[in-house]
Amino acid sequence: MSIDAATVERIARLARIRIEDDQRDALVGELSGILSWVEQLRAIDTDGVAPMTSAVAHGLHWRADKVTDGDIRDKVLANAPLVIEGYFAVPKVIE
Amino acid sequence: MAELHELDLAEARDLLRRRVISSRELAEALLTEIERAAPLNAFLTLDRERTLAMADAADAALAGGEHGPMTGLPVAIKDVFCTEGVRTTAGSRILENFIPPYESTVTANLWRAGAVMLGKTNMDEFAMGSSNENSAFGPVRGPWRNGKGEDLVPGGSSGGSAAAVAARLAPGATATDTGGSIRQPASFTGTVGMKPTYGRCSRYGMIAFASSLDQAGPITRTVRDAAIMLGAMAGHDEKDSTVVDRPVPDYEAALERGVKGLKVGVPKEYHSAKTPKEIEDLWLEAIEWLKAAGAEVVDITLPHTEAALPTYYIVAPAEASSNLARYDGVRYGLRVMPDEKASLTEMYEATRGAGFGREVKRRIMIGTYVLSAGYYDAYYLKAQKVRALIARDFAEAFETVDLILTPTAPSAAFALGAKPDPIAMYYNDVFTVPSSLAGLPAISVPAGTDGQGLPLGLQLIGRAFDEETVFAGARVLEEAAGFSAAPEPWWKKGS
Repeated sequence: MSIDAATVERIARLARIRIEDDQRDALVGELSGILSWVEQLRAIDTDGVAPMTSAVAHGLHWRADKVTDGDIRDKVLANAPLVIEGYFAVPKVIE
Repeated sequence: MAELHELDLAEARDLLRRRVISSRELAEALLTEIERAAPLNAFLTLDRERTLAMADAADAALAGGEHGPMTGLPVAIKDVFCTEGVRTTAGSRILENFIPPYESTVTANLWRAGAVMLGKTNMDEFAMGSSNENSAFGPVRGPWRNGKGEDLVPGGSSGGSAAAVAARLAPGATATDTGGSIRQPASFTGTVGMKPTYGRCSRYGMIAFASSLDQAGPITRTVRDAAIMLGAMAGHDEKDSTVVDRPVPDYEAALERGVKGLKVGVPKEYHSAKTPKEIEDLWLEAIEWLKAAGAEVVDITLPHTEAALPTYYIVAPAEASSNLARYDGVRYGLRVMPDEKASLTEMYEATRGAGFGREVKRRIMIGTYVLSAGYYDAYYLKAQKVRALIARDFAEAFETVDLILTPTAPSAAFALGAKPDPIAMYYNDVFTVPSSLAGLPAISVPAGTDGQGLPLGLQLIGRAFDEETVFAGARVLEEAAGFSAAPEPWWKKGS
């Protein structure tokens, strides 16, 4: 499947990735190439096949639902680009 | 006695326990080698003080007659494992200054077993790549060279770990494998790379690429060392619900079981006109080695093999696009504000645009596309169904065979910059991706060299959670191959 520049821009917006103008054309070609290549799967008969959602069939392990840590605010915030009064800070979202 | 930095894990373990050498002198010798090997760019972060403090603690334990399975043994850690207080980048600009406030379970298990951290190894960004050229911190130069003296790739994504072990900078290193990232670099560098069954090692604190595929394992120079190291890395973990709650076998004890009476399958679909004759010949030779050791070798069919790569390149990017959504410039990692008045969305877009490299962007975008409204069924759901068929092929084969023998990679190490086309690069993992999709344990063993003297690996695939048989088979291949080649240490010249 071939995709155009508008589709690349739409995907980039969905993925929240800024694409510079000089990268767009290359991406159109590369992504089209990859999508065309994976399309060979359409030829495979998968009627009645259940999708595989887990790599190894085993029941998920249960554990007690209890608090195992806490009181580590400073650790949690230590790598944040901007912290204000103990909170992650982001650009204003409400006008 | 070999020089300290040339000791393998089992040899060093013996000398440490007999107190012939100390962990500190071993660690110091290896740190010196690492410094001299700066041209390889195999390491991203070293913390000499921490390394020596861990070595001293190990020496104190050994002096007191106490030891764990790996006490005093130095290992390198792929920079995808979070190490508390030590920078962890996943090879990405977006995590360039990230200092984890916690420890991954795999590394915590290694330290509990007594191992000593040498440093953090270079890798393809977020483990996406097969040549280690996608690292934001520059490619790793492979320690091997061809007749033309070109710089070759070490394979990827665990290229730094594989290069470090091959160049005798570390006797062992952790690695991770999503579609071949342990086994392919092991094959390229003449080392042993073991990807255990999905669910054997905890993924807690291992920076996620594709969660249904990612699995940790060791790269070492011998099969025995891989068994020692995997035994220390594996095990149940309350912090990762996909790890199985079953005891970790004594892998080392399984090494000398041999293959007498075992049935080994050779899948006809792995014969390809594109594979160099030297690799086909080595594969045929290995069939004779296994027969001579008492195994019965039979032809098998894995009909959906050809579908594995395109399936992988839908499933893995889809999972990656979801996993990498967390890098948004808010809680950790890089933040880029295009200008003071930028909106939150503009901040996200600028941060991710600047923080991710080209291959990571490509995969996030492919993943976003195949999961988007209108395309989910045609791409993602379809790929999950084909994945089920690929897993079924293996399940049917393992009803009659105990192991499957294949080449590890379709070529030896290639030159840096030789594969600019993404799909040509993806083809590197043609023999490793199928078993990854099926979640099965698989090992690469160095089995020979090509006409240019470059290492070639062979792969053994086993039943889920039967790493023991995989190790036993690998030991037979190792013994028969007698691979002893080592790269010429060209990186030391002039230092």
